Amino acid sequence: MNLSYLTDPAHWDLSAPGGIPQLILSHLGYTALALLLGVIIALPVGLYIGHTGKGSFIAINAGNAGRSLPTLGLLMLMVTLLGLGLLPVLIALTVLVIPPILTSAYAGMRTLDHRVVDAARGMGMRSWQVLTRVELPMALPVLMSGFRNAALQVVATATVAAAVGLGGLGRLLIDGLAVNDYSRVLAGAVVVAGLAVLVDLFLALIQRWIVSPGLKGS
Amino acid sequence: MIQYLRNNSEIVWLALQEHLYLALLPVLLGFAISLPLGYLAVRFPRLYHPLINTFGVLYSIPSLALFVFLPVLLGTKVLSPVNIVVALTIYTVALLARTVADGLRAVDPVVIQAATAMGYRRLRRLTAVELPIALPVILAGLRVATVSNISLVSVGSLIGIGGLGQLFTRGFQLFYIEPILVGIILSVLLAGLADLIIVLVQRAITPWTRAA
Repeated sequence: MNLSYLTDPAHWDLSAPGGIPQLILSHLGYTALALLLGVIIALPVGLYIGHTGKGSFIAINAGNAGRSLPTLGLLMLMVTLLGLGLLPVLIALTVLVIPPILTSAYAGMRTLDHRVVDAARGMGMRSWQVLTRVELPMALPVLMSGFRNAALQVVATATVAAAVGLGGLGRLLIDGLAVNDYSRVLAGAVVVAGLAVLVDLFLALIQRWIVSPGLKGS
Repeated sequence: MIQYLRNNSEIVWLALQEHLYLALLPVLLGFAISLPLGYLAVRFPRLYHPLINTFGVLYSIPSLALFVFLPVLLGTKVLSPVNIVVALTIYTVALLARTVADGLRAVDPVVIQAATAMGYRRLRRLTAVELPIALPVILAGLRVATVSNISLVSVGSLIGIGGLGQLFTRGFQLFYIEPILVGIILSVLLAGLADLIIVLVQRAITPWTRAA
């Protein structure tokens, strides 16, 4: 176990391109963008399917279909089609995060107590109000666990961006391997795993903050 | 694409075989390791959270990092398939041990008490009562592990062994779309087929779940 690359202060220079802080930043950048795109695409679809019950087979099978799609293959296909750049990486990572978000949005909406929805309707809430004020807040715990799952996967998988010439922490792995510098590879592995834990912790805090106190007991 | 398959049938066939072997051997190994581990986590509740948390961290290590780092840890050659098998076994255990534990924990205590009262000893009660009841949960976990293993193998191609993933790297290097498409389609088909087989096996060995 050679930790010299990780502990060398020169590799932690904030301004150095290719330094660990810069790589962490670009890594988090890809992760955040992919998650944002994934939420924009998958959340409305998942909520719609859960709210109306239409097309539930899509939501159920999306999870398995997404898991079986090899991200590296998709990434290389996109690069071959679109050329090098951020776009193919974002497409591949977004495809990765859509299934868990879609499935958990659907599951969150389906598993909530229907008497509460009926009560909200009975109180005169419109469909939109029921969705935003009752169903969505109640589905949040399940939804957030799906989102955290997606975030973990992207943080781990964003390393493949380096395989098609982009930055992120995968650079340490790919470049370290290319020059047989295992200390660098180890640094990459440790930082990514640590980052995954921190991101999950951060999202757990957000979850505690946004989930209604009335739901905490269950 | 048909043309590509015709001209390269040998390469594709070899890649497919390697892919299958690299993905499924870890599933078997991981399953064999997860059963006792999951049981231990239930039998000694104190172990449950430490075990689950350890596996959670293991699962968050990116596959690429594990693939390149295992040779250093195990002393194997970088190009040895052992690295891929060990890495995927770790992921399988990380996923399955938890499912086994959760499945066993979800068994109704009343049923366990009834079995004990009927004279079942611990081991026999486990194999004849608790495991069969937990089987649907465990097999659901096995499906997830199998499907994600099949898609993860291809990442190994970045270090030179990755079954169908080699078609990705080849196509990427030549800027040639056919091998990549063939690799993706075969990988997805393989995952779907493996998933289907587990579902069919599950239907066959847990007939009582259909009666409900």
